Amino acid sequence: MLKTLGAQIKEYKRDSILTPVFMILEVICETIIPLLMASIINDGVEEGNMQHIYLAGFAMVVMAGCGLFTGVMGGKYGASASAGFAKNLRKAMYENIQTFSFSNIDKFSTSGLVTRMTTDVTNIQNAYQMILRMCMRAPASLICAMAMAFYVNARVASVYLVAVILLGTILFFLVRKTMKYFNQVFKKYDKLNESVQENVSAIRVVKAYAREEYEKEKFSRASENIYRMFVKAESLTVLNNPIMMFTVYSCIILISWLGANMIVGGSMRTGDLSSLLAYCMNILMSLMMLSMAFVMITISVASGERIAEVLNEKADIVNPEHPVMTVPDGSVSFRHVSFSYKKNARDMVLKEINLEIASGETIGVIGGTGSAKSSLVNLISRLYDVTEGEICVGGYNVKEYDLDVLRSEVSVVLQKNVLFSGTILENLRWGNADATEEECVKACQLACADEFIRNMPEGYHTYIEQGGTNVSGGQKQRLCIARALLKKPKILILDDSTSAVDTATDRKIRKAFAEEIPGTTKFVIAQRVSSISDCDRIIVMENGQIDGFGTEKELLETNKIYREIYESQMYGNGDFDEEGKE
Amino acid sequence: MPAEGRPVRGPGGRRRAMGPRPKIENPGKLFWRLMRYVLKNYTLHCVIVVICIFIGVLANVQGTMFIRSLIDDYILPLSKSAHPDFAPLAGALGRVAVFYLIGVLSSYIYSRLMVNVTQGTLRNLRNEMFIKMQSLPIKYFDTHSHGDIMSMYTNDIDTLRQMISQSIPQFINSFVTIVSVFISMVVLSIPLTCLTLIMVGVSLFAAKKLAGLSGSYFMAQQRDLGGLNGYIEEMVSGQKVVKVFCHEEASIREFNEKNEKLFESANNANKYANILMPVNAQIGNISYVLCAMAGGILALNGVFGFTIGKLVSFLTFNKSFSMPINQISMQLNAIVMALAGADRIFALLDEEPEVDEGYVELVNAEEKPDGTVVPSDSRTGIWAWKHYHRESNTTTYQRLEGKVVFDGVDFGYHDDKMILHDIRLFAEPGQKIAFVGATGAGKTTITNLINRFYDIQDGKIRYDDINVNKIRKKDLRQSLGIVLQDTHLFTGTVEENIRYGKLDATHDEVVAAAKLANAHGFIKRLPEGYDTMLTGDGASLSQGQRQLLAIARAAIADPPALILDEATSSIDTRTEKLVQQGMDSLMKERTTFVIAHRLSTVRNSDCIMVLEDGRIIERGTHDELIARQGKYYQLYTGKAGKNLAG
Repeated sequence: MLKTLGAQIKEYKRDSILTPVFMILEVICETIIPLLMASIINDGVEEGNMQHIYLAGFAMVVMAGCGLFTGVMGGKYGASASAGFAKNLRKAMYENIQTFSFSNIDKFSTSGLVTRMTTDVTNIQNAYQMILRMCMRAPASLICAMAMAFYVNARVASVYLVAVILLGTILFFLVRKTMKYFNQVFKKYDKLNESVQENVSAIRVVKAYAREEYEKEKFSRASENIYRMFVKAESLTVLNNPIMMFTVYSCIILISWLGANMIVGGSMRTGDLSSLLAYCMNILMSLMMLSMAFVMITISVASGERIAEVLNEKADIVNPEHPVMTVPDGSVSFRHVSFSYKKNARDMVLKEINLEIASGETIGVIGGTGSAKSSLVNLISRLYDVTEGEICVGGYNVKEYDLDVLRSEVSVVLQKNVLFSGTILENLRWGNADATEEECVKACQLACADEFIRNMPEGYHTYIEQGGTNVSGGQKQRLCIARALLKKPKILILDDSTSAVDTATDRKIRKAFAEEIPGTTKFVIAQRVSSISDCDRIIVMENGQIDGFGTEKELLETNKIYREIYESQMYGNGDFDEEGKE
Repeated sequence: MPAEGRPVRGPGGRRRAMGPRPKIENPGKLFWRLMRYVLKNYTLHCVIVVICIFIGVLANVQGTMFIRSLIDDYILPLSKSAHPDFAPLAGALGRVAVFYLIGVLSSYIYSRLMVNVTQGTLRNLRNEMFIKMQSLPIKYFDTHSHGDIMSMYTNDIDTLRQMISQSIPQFINSFVTIVSVFISMVVLSIPLTCLTLIMVGVSLFAAKKLAGLSGSYFMAQQRDLGGLNGYIEEMVSGQKVVKVFCHEEASIREFNEKNEKLFESANNANKYANILMPVNAQIGNISYVLCAMAGGILALNGVFGFTIGKLVSFLTFNKSFSMPINQISMQLNAIVMALAGADRIFALLDEEPEVDEGYVELVNAEEKPDGTVVPSDSRTGIWAWKHYHRESNTTTYQRLEGKVVFDGVDFGYHDDKMILHDIRLFAEPGQKIAFVGATGAGKTTITNLINRFYDIQDGKIRYDDINVNKIRKKDLRQSLGIVLQDTHLFTGTVEENIRYGKLDATHDEVVAAAKLANAHGFIKRLPEGYDTMLTGDGASLSQGQRQLLAIARAAIADPPALILDEATSSIDTRTEKLVQQGMDSLMKERTTFVIAHRLSTVRNSDCIMVLEDGRIIERGTHDELIARQGKYYQLYTGKAGKNLAG
């Protein structure tokens, strides 16, 4: 993980190195100051030497100035190093996600990817800054102050050494123990919040069943439980402060006693006492900081691992070395194709598919959910790779094509489709960035979208909200079809793309396709028999296999499943179509 | 403190000591309201905490003060005497040690008590929030995004935790420290105190300047972060479309632009925030140096009776004075941030709950041979409305049958915009009423009025001839089963989910309900059968299977009346058949309101209501409506009829 993440520091290596360097310099300045302070007291005040007080005072101001400069520089470089690191991480992740194939995308959930790119990166950014600034500063401060303390008075300083070791050990175990508790608590806490979320989204069910009391009881039990766990975990945490104070105070008492004895005995000077007390604070504070940094870093480890997972994910579909750059025609053939979403899975989603489809044919695909209709067509534009067998488009294996070429010529209208925020024209031009407005209008006319677009307040310049929330389902589907048409593909695949469009419009779209783009091979996946009955041939899918393939007439005679669907939809059980809301 | 900070949970949850302060009206009032809330249950705790903080600070101050007497009263005289006697020093140190120990103890006591105060208050708040939330009308959930509601339970509670457990005690601590250190400094030396105060002023001025600079960049950072996160969310959700359209390059370009912008603002924001610490530290150091020099001169000349011991003590105070002053502004900021969250939480607690003036109750009943209905203590399967009449001071029992009447009902989600107009309908017990019409015609809205998810503006809805307003909501809703189009399941086993309809149902009843709903078959095939755990709204099940469970849940409640919202989404034909059969058997012998999408349902209905723009434009049986050749005919055949209304 460290190696993967570290590789993204890139141009911020300089800043990442400069930050701790400046932090260490700052620490050195800060450690020298108590020493000068002691000298003011020892050689200045006690000796009555004003000259020395000015000199040492001036030196202290210079040191403070150096400390300021190095501190500011450390802060500046720390900020840019961590912000830059975060930027590179996001960039690297985003670029890698763009290379993902469909199966890579399936592996991560959308929300998972978004969290990794947002919250997790922010965590890492904070932790990185912490590491660069605190993790260097604290030990440096600890060592410098310790060294200085020994330089001033080794005997007294040995008290610190014992204190540091003792406190360090106690803190270490305490932090480890509390971390363990807190991990458990936070898991429970997240669960509690999840259940609130569940309650909020199911509030109608709760109210419909009048289960408010039941939910309240359930919640208050969980809430009480969380309370107990939090109290237990935090009771340990609150030990930190008193233990720290106890150590500091013990040191002060011990130093006072030892110091007094030594000063009286002549082996130490008064000024040294104050510098030793100052170092005492420095040492113990840096220990505290270290334990804080330790917690921060431990927390961010999980984030780092999640990020590394995305960065290490290798796209499993890549361009061939010498790709074919043109697709000759729209013929498609499947030869002994088997397919499974998971590698090495025993259950094939598609089994032994053999198909020969001529250029320009219109093919209907029908079958129940889970019969692998979408899987079948997704293989054509190589959104997934076949597990066995081969698929040829225009006579070449799809694996030989340049991916961009293949996907421009094989245009898929996905089942779960998305419009992006931007005007309608901008959305349409996803299909072809150079399309003129006329071409866009033409495509929309084919997809029966032109009319409703013209009725919108700003026509083709109407802004589509994120997720296409300001158009209805049927309108969205038609826009998606138009967008796919703009590619002027040789093969057009409609994956249940008109389910929210009313039957009359659906019919009109199919008619337009047949008349206007007759040369394009078309695949139409549908739930409605009426949507595919006029196709040249129809594929009936069942459990990943082709159960029937032929014209509607043939299928009605020979295929039991098709007949069943046909009869149930034509007589009695079909949809009572509602008109799309326009 | 280690492990005390919650893992940073996304941009919303970040604690930014230097970030822009959110605007809230009357923070003082809000603060006291919160304090009153905390004190309500933890007055004694809080009093002890404040006392302990005092003791802790005083113990610390006395220790520092002792350094003076250590040097002036012990070390200097001792080093001058020929036969130093260390016994008095040992005694003095012993006294100091005792005070220190008390300080440590009180510090532990207050931290420990604060854990209970904080966690207890948060628990009470959470519980109250949840209880309040359960009592709110559906309208609240329509008008508040689920994300916003959730953020109260997570972000706002988290910042409150930070505030109660740390910011407030630390604030008190800092305040007490400042006051006591200030007094001690004044006691030691007035001129040096003035000098220190001047330097503190300089430091505060610098901090304010930097905070201002950093604040505006933090604002920019939040904005850019929001922009980038929005972009990531949109693009990653549409990643498959990006692939299909080979749009990778373009999206990377746009991403880089936004990413670069965020880097700029994040870099600047953090830069100024980072600079603050060394600036404060070094101004503190310079203040220290100046005091050392001035103090050195004073001590040397013995002006104002200043001594070396006093100087050493003063210098320690000088250090411990600037720190809490810098902290106080940070703590204030944290408190204000948390108050914004408290504001939202209190707003939730102040929401008006769903009013329920109903007094007619649903009770178990038995029917006497003579036809009268009397209440029963045991579950009889027969229900009756217990209706108390105030005028005659009598209570009548009326058997629950499931007759529903709408009489001239007008309704709008907002008073100024009516959605339903003059709805009249009549359902005899056991009848099936179908609503058809385009999306947005008001079908779902009508069904939401029967169980009083919303209250009507005009007209009357009667249930078994009782105005629904008179029926206790809980009882009204329990008498109405409902299967919504978008199914919601709860985390728990399959059995628990079905049992949600009737909490005291036995396993056999659960199985029977599942069988009725056609769900038994697939449940049996689940890895653990009825004990299979469902999480994330039943994510492991298919849409159709989830619907079957929802039907079973309604079936086990065995309500006399039923509201069904048929699914439009295309589930596979076979499951759909199962769902259909499940719904059909559920509808048997129940008054049913069904938002229909299937021909068979519509055709078998006793009465079909055709809705358009919130009005019933046609009503009748299938045959009647076909004969009419109006809107229904058009919907049914896809051809325009002769009598097309509207």
